[in-house]
Amino acid sequence: MGASLRRIGAVVLRHVYLFRTSWLRILDSIYWPAVQMVMWGFLTQFLSNQTSYVAQAFGVLLSGLLLWEVLIRGNLSLSIAFLEEMWSRNLGHLFVSPLRPIEMAAGIVTVSLLRTLLGMIPVSLLAWAFFGYSVYDLGLPLVAFFLILQMFGWSVGLSMSGMIMRMGLSAETFAWAGIFILLPVSGVYYPIAALPTWLQYIAWCIPTAYVFEGMRTILTQQVVRWDFMLIAFSLAALYLAIGFRVFLLFFNSSRRKGTLLQQGE
Amino acid sequence: MTPAIEVADLRKEYGKIVAVDDLSFVVPGGAVLGLLGGNGAGKTTTISMLLGLLEPTSGAVKVLGIDMLTQRFKALPRMNFSSPYVDLPHRLTVRQNLDFYGRLYGVPDVKKRLAEISDTLQIGDMLERPAGALSAGQKTRVALAKALINKPDVLLLDEPTASLDPDTADWVRTLLKDYQRQTGATILLASHNMSEVERLCDDVIMMQQGKVFERGAPGELIARFGRNDMEEVFLDMARGRQRGLDDLKKVAE
Repeated sequence: MGASLRRIGAVVLRHVYLFRTSWLRILDSIYWPAVQMVMWGFLTQFLSNQTSYVAQAFGVLLSGLLLWEVLIRGNLSLSIAFLEEMWSRNLGHLFVSPLRPIEMAAGIVTVSLLRTLLGMIPVSLLAWAFFGYSVYDLGLPLVAFFLILQMFGWSVGLSMSGMIMRMGLSAETFAWAGIFILLPVSGVYYPIAALPTWLQYIAWCIPTAYVFEGMRTILTQQVVRWDFMLIAFSLAALYLAIGFRVFLLFFNSSRRKGTLLQQGE
Repeated sequence: MTPAIEVADLRKEYGKIVAVDDLSFVVPGGAVLGLLGGNGAGKTTTISMLLGLLEPTSGAVKVLGIDMLTQRFKALPRMNFSSPYVDLPHRLTVRQNLDFYGRLYGVPDVKKRLAEISDTLQIGDMLERPAGALSAGQKTRVALAKALINKPDVLLLDEPTASLDPDTADWVRTLLKDYQRQTGATILLASHNMSEVERLCDDVIMMQQGKVFERGAPGELIARFGRNDMEEVFLDMARGRQRGLDDLKKVAE
């Protein structure tokens, strides 16, 4: 028997109900990216008068920031959607219903996508309003970047959610901070070539490196690196499949250890 | 006729601790079985394994003839569960919660069912309130509404009247009895309330240290222990069976 769209839809609806009762949850998705965007926007304005690199491509730092936030929001929104069930001690009800773990994962992935869009679209419009910079100038590749970063963010979020399901809320910190380990090797604000050689090898195993290098190539050379895009998409798809698998492995381990009923710290 | 629940040599170990120790029992369709035992006797562990929420170390569980270890998703739409140890999402209203679970269980007309269940459980005035804002007694009623949303053939209840005042608890027992009569559902309930067990259950399994200590209809067990009610039987089990027999000897002397 395959996954049911009806049950996945029910999981999405459950979170839509939650957003309707608590707008602060959506505001949270806008607040931090907006603060970051304003800070980096002013820094970019300042640097553009000082360095030829930034002057050449005004949006390189702001685009980096906005795309990094796409990854972060994708990851955090998924983890939070899962944590909502832990916080409300609802997992026991969910997993004795006909909802399959894979449907649960697909549902929170969809919720994460909605939440990221609800957060990032207003922030991108703010960047345009404040600094006259439009991330949409990246054109069609922006859609690919967005999708790749979301997929990779979900893969990390699924793994972290699985770990929290298995270990309890004492592992919640990983949901918030785990993704940031990727920041130094993703080349968000500097080229991968700036890293030590051994770290570059690690960076090129992660889809984010291709996305941010690809973004810089568009902004500084007006060249779209479709090869980077293809590699990044393949890697993101691979990591997402691994993320689903890890979530299921932790679910099965939780079933053996009996942690689905005993949630907490 | 296929039994509603079949448990064979069910065992759950957590390291060196044996929570359920080679438990075997069969529950025929339409029966109301009580699972009794002190804290840590293995009741919740057994219920969790029946639901597929917990994987046994060994043994077999079949519900409605379906192997819960390999095919539980075939049985789960026909089962449901309520426990004071699991909550519904606090911020969602009662209506939103029941709508969500109705959809998960594939209830054909969720709106209609929601109206029926809110009428049966008298929760109409709570429907627009957040689940987290309800009193303990109201939460129990809403949890029961969730447990009945799909008209389950097998209903597993862990302490269904915990936190309820005697009047509401009595009302819930009547409701469960009526539901069982009307639908022919099988109910397995774990409870510490002995009058509840006497009133609701056709059959009782008394558990101690993960094993079946005694089994029988409440009346049979009371007679077997030479006691007046299930409360006294339970105390005999909890404090050592010999005590009940010793008391009988004293009376005879």
